[in-house]
Amino acid sequence: MATGLTLKELSKKEDLLTHGHRMCSGCGAPTIVKMVLLATDYPVIASNATGCLEVSTCISEYTAWKIPWIHTAFENAAATLSGVETMYRSLKKQGKIDKDIKFIAFGGDGGTYDIGLQSLSGAMERGHDMLYVCYDNGAYMNTGIQRSSATPLGADTTTCPAGDVIPGKLRVRKNLTKIMAAHNIPYAAQASPSHWMDLMKKVRKAHEFNGPKFMNVLSGCNRGWRSQTNDAITLSRLAVNSCYWPLYEIEDGVTKITYTPKDKVPVADFMKPQGRFKHLFAPANDWLLKKVQEEVDKEWEKLKKQAECGC
Amino acid sequence: MAKVVAVTGNEAVANALRQVNPDVCGIYPITPQTDMMQRYASYIANGQVTTEPILVESEHSSMSACIGAAAAGGRVVTATSSQGLALMWEMLHIASGDRLPIIMPVVNRALSAPLNIHGDHSDAMGARDTGWIQIWSENAQESYDNTIQAFRVGEHMDIRLPVMVCLDGFIISHSIERMEYLEDKEVRNFVGEYKNFLPLLDLEKPKSYGPLILTDLYHEYKRAQHEVMTKVKDVVLDVAKDFEKLSGRTYGLFETYRLDDADIALVILNSAAGTSKDVIDDFRNKGIKAGLLKPRLFRPFPYEEVAEALKNTKAVCVMDRADSFGGYGPLFMEITSALYHLKDRPALINKIYGLGGRDYMPSHAALVLNELHEIAKGGKIRIIKEYLGVRE
Repeated sequence: MATGLTLKELSKKEDLLTHGHRMCSGCGAPTIVKMVLLATDYPVIASNATGCLEVSTCISEYTAWKIPWIHTAFENAAATLSGVETMYRSLKKQGKIDKDIKFIAFGGDGGTYDIGLQSLSGAMERGHDMLYVCYDNGAYMNTGIQRSSATPLGADTTTCPAGDVIPGKLRVRKNLTKIMAAHNIPYAAQASPSHWMDLMKKVRKAHEFNGPKFMNVLSGCNRGWRSQTNDAITLSRLAVNSCYWPLYEIEDGVTKITYTPKDKVPVADFMKPQGRFKHLFAPANDWLLKKVQEEVDKEWEKLKKQAECGC
Repeated sequence: MAKVVAVTGNEAVANALRQVNPDVCGIYPITPQTDMMQRYASYIANGQVTTEPILVESEHSSMSACIGAAAAGGRVVTATSSQGLALMWEMLHIASGDRLPIIMPVVNRALSAPLNIHGDHSDAMGARDTGWIQIWSENAQESYDNTIQAFRVGEHMDIRLPVMVCLDGFIISHSIERMEYLEDKEVRNFVGEYKNFLPLLDLEKPKSYGPLILTDLYHEYKRAQHEVMTKVKDVVLDVAKDFEKLSGRTYGLFETYRLDDADIALVILNSAAGTSKDVIDDFRNKGIKAGLLKPRLFRPFPYEEVAEALKNTKAVCVMDRADSFGGYGPLFMEITSALYHLKDRPALINKIYGLGGRDYMPSHAALVLNELHEIAKGGKIRIIKEYLGVRE
């Protein structure tokens, strides 16, 4: 019996990631994990790439995970989980397991967009029955805010610092959600914890497909974004409402925008409260701020066209 | 009833794996191992085994997936060579650190650069510190026998460690030899049902694999790995005893050949030991007391037993088919360590031979034995470490 996606019903469910983990106050990742696990009405086994979530939730004799959980290394949460899932299939085929189990991998953007891309691509292509959830905070936050291929255009990081000559990152982000959809997997989606119902519906939908699924979830990081600890959800909402982080899904190759902001706000509204974009508000970097807006608009128009044509 | 066959080393090992019929198998091509796993893929395709394959996109993912599968709870194998083993290096430590008894034939091959597909021991020697048990094999028969025994060793409840079974690329993997297969049923009975230990798939008792452990306990964790390695020798010998009952073939921590009364000796791994034994016979016929020691269990290394076996020799050459550039050959370093504690030690020299598949000829063995004979007669050591059979 599926739990209804209402606050009343969800409040009765046990959190499968307990309190007492050591994630920073205000971090988006544990909230996302809790939402993903709350939306999952099956027994579930998770794998985790090395990163903030991993180092903060299982230390020495303590674990915050109430489900079977495995971390092996940085670049291979997908490959590791594909092994767990394959053993499950083997034992099920041999009649040694009868339960239906779901498999979820969690990785940050460094472990997913960059070093883990091959492992993820391989697992998606092989067709393992698993959901990969990337919590994307736009940099290698665990090692101290280094640039990743998910770092937004113009952002100041410790390896693409905003200096007198170079104003932060000069390249646009990799569009990983579309790369994953291009694997012809049954379901790929983008979500944000600010729109929790949308996120949880997507998780639930993902689980009903047999095969590999991918979700890219925006994850606020006050350390790396140089924002307030109580801003993660507000900023995530601004990311969605500015169409910097559109909410959509690609189901069997068909794109659907799941939330269209009534009033699309300028991307500057999302950027202004974040110290990582502070330099873009200096007159000398106005060109870059404009370019960020142009890129967001261009991508949003492309996405809308994709949704309109049903492709 | 044993079945006499003429097969390649790769086919022999693939058949050992078929007879064991593991639950999950990681498959990725690399010369000269490729042929082993593609044979296994055909066993799967033809329904001869119930193994679920994972057709990975790299060896790194292969070992990652094998770790996930083994942690999930079941019997897991993969195989590799050379660059593939090098790419796995990070994950090898995690397989042993997580105490997962994955069995992996390693078809030994040179490492790039320059690119070379032929046999030497650089790959497995590069992985000697990864916490895996290493068992080395001279020929197809030993590769087959060692593969079967590896499951019992690695999966032993006191051990729970991954095992590499090493065999020489091309020289053994691709050469056809006479050997004997055991019956499928005999192998299955010998290996037995896989015993689970803390499986991830046990939903009733959720486990977390792969924690962060810093200065408080990491040191103790590694000490535990060291301690379990000290138990491996006994298990290897117990398993070998059982295997002898089944097959009639005897295995130990190493093999000695005409070593008991030998004045001079070669220490040499894998296929080149066979060539060397012939030459040792020639020297014996000439009245020179030559012998040989061929290590089988390289990790953990049986230092005391090796020292005991070599203690009465006068001069020993350790033959390395791999180099530790700027150091002595890896096998030489072990033998030196083993002999250091003896009061009367033989003179020791080190020859690097056969890199990148360069043929090791009887003439090479003769050259070395003649040099040892001179040293044993009271001659001086000309040079400690030297490359053998170099084209000048």
